[in-house]
Amino acid sequence: MPFAQQVFALLMSLLVFLVTVDMVRKRRLREEYSVLWLGTSLLMFVLVLRYEWLVALTNFIGAALPTTTLFLGSIVFLMLLGVQFCIKLSRLSDQVKNLAQDNALLRAELSKLTPVGGKKPKNTVS
Amino acid sequence: MEQREIDTDTRLLVIVPAYNEAGKIAAVVERVCATVPAADILVINDGSQDATATLAAAAGAIVVSHPFNMGYGVTIQTGYKYALSHGYDYLVQIDGDGQHDPTYIPALLVPLATGEADFVLGSRFMGEESYAPSLSRRVGMAFFRGLVRRITGLPITDCTSGFQAFNREVIGFFCRDIFPVDYPDADVLITLHRAGFRIRELPVRMYAAEGKSMHSGLKPLYYVFKMILSIFVTLIRSRNFYQGGR
Repeated sequence: MPFAQQVFALLMSLLVFLVTVDMVRKRRLREEYSVLWLGTSLLMFVLVLRYEWLVALTNFIGAALPTTTLFLGSIVFLMLLGVQFCIKLSRLSDQVKNLAQDNALLRAELSKLTPVGGKKPKNTVS
Repeated sequence: MEQREIDTDTRLLVIVPAYNEAGKIAAVVERVCATVPAADILVINDGSQDATATLAAAAGAIVVSHPFNMGYGVTIQTGYKYALSHGYDYLVQIDGDGQHDPTYIPALLVPLATGEADFVLGSRFMGEESYAPSLSRRVGMAFFRGLVRRITGLPITDCTSGFQAFNREVIGFFCRDIFPVDYPDADVLITLHRAGFRIRELPVRMYAAEGKSMHSGLKPLYYVFKMILSIFVTLIRSRNFYQGGR
């Protein structure tokens, strides 16, 4: 791997790692979502430093070039990320549904208790 | 039609899911009220932009309004949750567009009251004079009917009917997250059957719905896809998944 490429790849993985950690630190990203990002940047870092591992991996999966392995890895990463989002979205949709239903039912109960015009409760001390 | 009254002590809730039905909701509520005066009528307003909620309340119904539109499945499930928390014995579900004839409600309740069934489905294809759906819908209905019959072994004729009645056990079962939020039809029947509930089907009269159906545009394609997938996963789920059924 040419030196410039190696430096660029290392810097990129370092950047991704640091930005992710910083986002978690600022509470802008939850720990559960940082796992894939941190894992990928670490993997990139290791594969650049241990180029022979990348070559071995390339031979193992039967790819022609190490760059193909990297591209494949990034596509798999994006797919995993997409699946993670879909799972989370499904859960959130369910939660929103349940909350909205509870909200509707509670509002109906509340309107039975509070007469139109908002009368003061009897036991209020004025 | 068999007109056997259920006990006066039993509490019945009639739920009417409604989305922008201002033109028809009052008449539906009044007709239900005339047929089963002892029942409570709950209109679930699914985020309508018109006066559905006000008109339903004025007609004498209890109204629960969703904060925004969430679709048919969620709307009826809100009704089930209301029924569960208020301890109703039976629940009847009838569409808010006037498509279902409420005079059949007492007949649907009979198998529940006698303990013959847990879930009663009103069918438009069992003798009572009803409208004929379009050809494409008939083909779809025939396909899913075949599937439901093959899987459950029950002689179901109308698996897309929203005119239903069921008991407390089924109400509790439907309040769980297992209930599908979009197009609950054939997959629900199969789920009920797998959970051990007893299903009966009785003839009802249905009129053609005016206005835009919920099956328009590309939705029928999604419906077919969703239903096949939903039935498939229902079949491969372990029976333990349905614990809390009958």
